[in-house]
Formats: sequence, structure tokens, C-alpha cells
Amino acid sequence: MLAKRIIPCLDIRNGLTVKGINFENVVDVGDPVELGAKYAREGADELVYLDITATHEGRKLFTNLVSSISEHLNIPFTVGGGIDRVEDADQLLSAGADKVSVNSSAVRDPGLIDRIARGFGNQFVVVAIDAQWKNDRWTVYINGGRIATEKELSSWALEAQERGAGEILFTSMNHDGTKKGYACEALRELSQKLSIPVIASGGAGEKEHFVEVFEKGEADAALAASIFHYNEIPVPELKAYLKKNNIIVR
Amino acid sequence: MKVAIIKYNAGNIRSVDHALKRLGVHGDITDDPATITAADRVIFPGVGEAGTTMKYLVERGLDRLLKDLTQPVLGICLGQQLMCSWSEEGDTTCIGIFDQPVRRFPAGGLKVPHMGWNSLDWVGGDLFPAELKGSYVYFVHSYYVPVGENTAAETNYMVPFSAAMQKNNFYATQFHPEKSGDPGELILSQFLKL
Repeated sequence: MLAKRIIPCLDIRNGLTVKGINFENVVDVGDPVELGAKYAREGADELVYLDITATHEGRKLFTNLVSSISEHLNIPFTVGGGIDRVEDADQLLSAGADKVSVNSSAVRDPGLIDRIARGFGNQFVVVAIDAQWKNDRWTVYINGGRIATEKELSSWALEAQERGAGEILFTSMNHDGTKKGYACEALRELSQKLSIPVIASGGAGEKEHFVEVFEKGEADAALAASIFHYNEIPVPELKAYLKKNNIIVR
Repeated sequence: MKVAIIKYNAGNIRSVDHALKRLGVHGDITDDPATITAADRVIFPGVGEAGTTMKYLVERGLDRLLKDLTQPVLGICLGQQLMCSWSEEGDTTCIGIFDQPVRRFPAGGLKVPHMGWNSLDWVGGDLFPAELKGSYVYFVHSYYVPVGENTAAETNYMVPFSAAMQKNNFYATQFHPEKSGDPGELILSQFLKL
């Protein structure tokens, strides 16, 4: 049986792992390669590295970092942040990334999804969507949650799938950083509408939240950051808990 | 030991090289026929679309070269599919080492692509010690090779399919051993030990 995936997410700024709370207030938490290798040893199924630097120097550091991650890691990893052109994706692929995630750049230029998918396959493109529930609607945001767009979560996710996304990574801005659980209802709706896998993000605080996100949210994978970085829920303990609750994990 | 990793238009080839490095072996990423032919082991990785990739290989004569190799060859992911006779993806004639078609996973069932860690429900062949039965390995694919006489490991996703294949000196895995943690490393080291 296909296992549900647990994905620690590492935000990278100038080559270091950082974690923000509600998209703000970043704090350094350590060496990305070491941290990634530790998660891999502990049973993480995949990793996501997001470059939040967005400067030229930061980008170069990040590409070098991707190459080093690929050397040391024997599990798949996705990289994202500042991928505006097919050339950026190509560079990260050459450095050893297994997938790239596009977010704001895909909203501004949806054709980017098509072009990356055509060039490197659908499996290579993760479309990350930050959305906020407000006025009875899931509004899609860009620029790290700072700018609201006209787009609505599920129609944008369907369009991304149509254009060749291999996975959707949905972060609920209402839940992110709260540690009160994932946006299970919205996730379930999304998962049922889409034929590609959905990665849940935002809100993990307790082990129970992961059972909920897989059972109620019907997510294919669950992403979290701080609970892993601060060792509040070690990956092996989480996996054991999920197994005990009849969730299929590796 | 000389290991040639066939270089072509798409796919995360670098990660195969890195996996070999972790096993203490240096891989040569190359499309040079002489280097490939002279290698002790040949790895044929691949992620991408069957039609365009076959076209690329045919234009460079790499399809015939691959078929004629006599040293151990390991196809990975799309590599396994291209080593079959035909793929439903773009109605593509493939290299034809394994006499098997490649099918698309049926629509309306589970999510496609089949992405993530799935278990090896049955294992056989030279690359799979019995202890690997039940191990999880990492898959990313929308097309599959049905179970047949060349099947060397089996996984189930809507249908049972060939997680790995073997015929003479040709080996292939649908999953990515270079991304499959410890079981993946064991499989790669078995291939290097052949």
C-alpha cells in the first residue's frame, strides 16, 4: 500500500534554516544539510527546502546548498522559492533537486507550470498555494502571504493540475503557525476535486493533527516545520503514533 | 569499477551519481558510446516523457547501443519503461529489451501519478535479497509495466505491477533506488556486486 508521507519543511535564508511564525518573525534553527540528513535518518519521507532569501547572492548560496543536499540525502526533496523561469528550475534540477515548487511566480505567469512540466515532467512541478479563508472564500495570496489575488483556492488548484502540476501543496494561512491542526475540511474538498496528490501544510501542533489530516483531510502527505525543528514531535514518535492509529506509513 | 550513467535530456541524473558516491563508487555521466560500452556497469536513469526521450535516444543511436550491451545494465523509472517494447505514453515504440507493454494507470481510481513510498510485496531476482520483501521504496510515475515473466519485484497500486524487472544482463526498477533510503542503497550495492 502507498504510505502517507511526512514532510519536514526547511525555510532557508542565506544558507541557514529558519522558521517563521505566521509568515513573519524568522528565527535561525540550524544547518540545512545536517538537519535534512537527521530527518532522513529518523524516517522523514521527503523534505521541502524553501529559499526565502530572494537576493542574487542568496540564490547562488541556495543552488550550492541544493547540490550539497543531493549529495547527502537518500530521500527525495523539493526546492522552492524564487523560481520564475524554466532556467531556474533547470538549474535546480541539475544541482540534484527532485522537484521544484512554484508559488507566486505561477500565479503571475501560469504558463510557467506548463513549461516546467513539459520540460522536465509533471512529477517535477509542485504548485504551492497559500490561501486564506476570508469572507466565505479561500483567497489565494502571493509574496509569502502578503498580497491577495483574485484567485480562489480550488479553481486555481484545478487549473494548476490541468497545466501539468504533479502535486499541490496547500498552506492555510489561517492555520499556519497556530498549532491547532490542519485545515481538514478545505483539504478534503481539494483532495476529492483533484486527481493529483495533495500535501497539507499549516497548523500541525499535535500528533493527533496528523491522524486528522490523513483521515478527515484525505491528504496524501503532511508538511510541518517547527514541531520537527524544535523537536516537539520527533519523526519516529510521530510515525509510531500514526501506525498505532492504522495510518499506513513507512 | 567504471560506472557509466547515460546522460540524456531529462531527469535527475545528478542524484544517481550522488547515490553511487555514497557507496564509494564514481559514476561517469556520459552519452559517449565508447565510454558506455567500456564501462563495467551502465545505469540508464530517467524521468520524463517516453516519446521525446525515445526520439532523443534514437537520434543518437543510444537505443541500439543499449540493447547490445553485455555488462550489467540498470534502468531506473522511465529507464525501465523505455527498456520495454512499447509505451501507451505517446504511443511510443521503445527499446524492446523486455517484451512487455507499458500502460497508464487507470483513471478514476487512486491519484495519478503514483507518488511516494510503496511496499515491495514480492521480490525475486539478483538485486533483491529476501529481506527486502515488505520494504518501502520511492515511486513517481503515471505509467507502469504489468507483471510478466521478467518481473523481479512486485508492488500494488490499483493493479499489481512490475516494481523491478530482470532479463539476462538487464535490470530495471520502476522506483528510484537512489532516493529509497537504506533499501535503495542495498539494491544499488547488489547491482554493483553482480
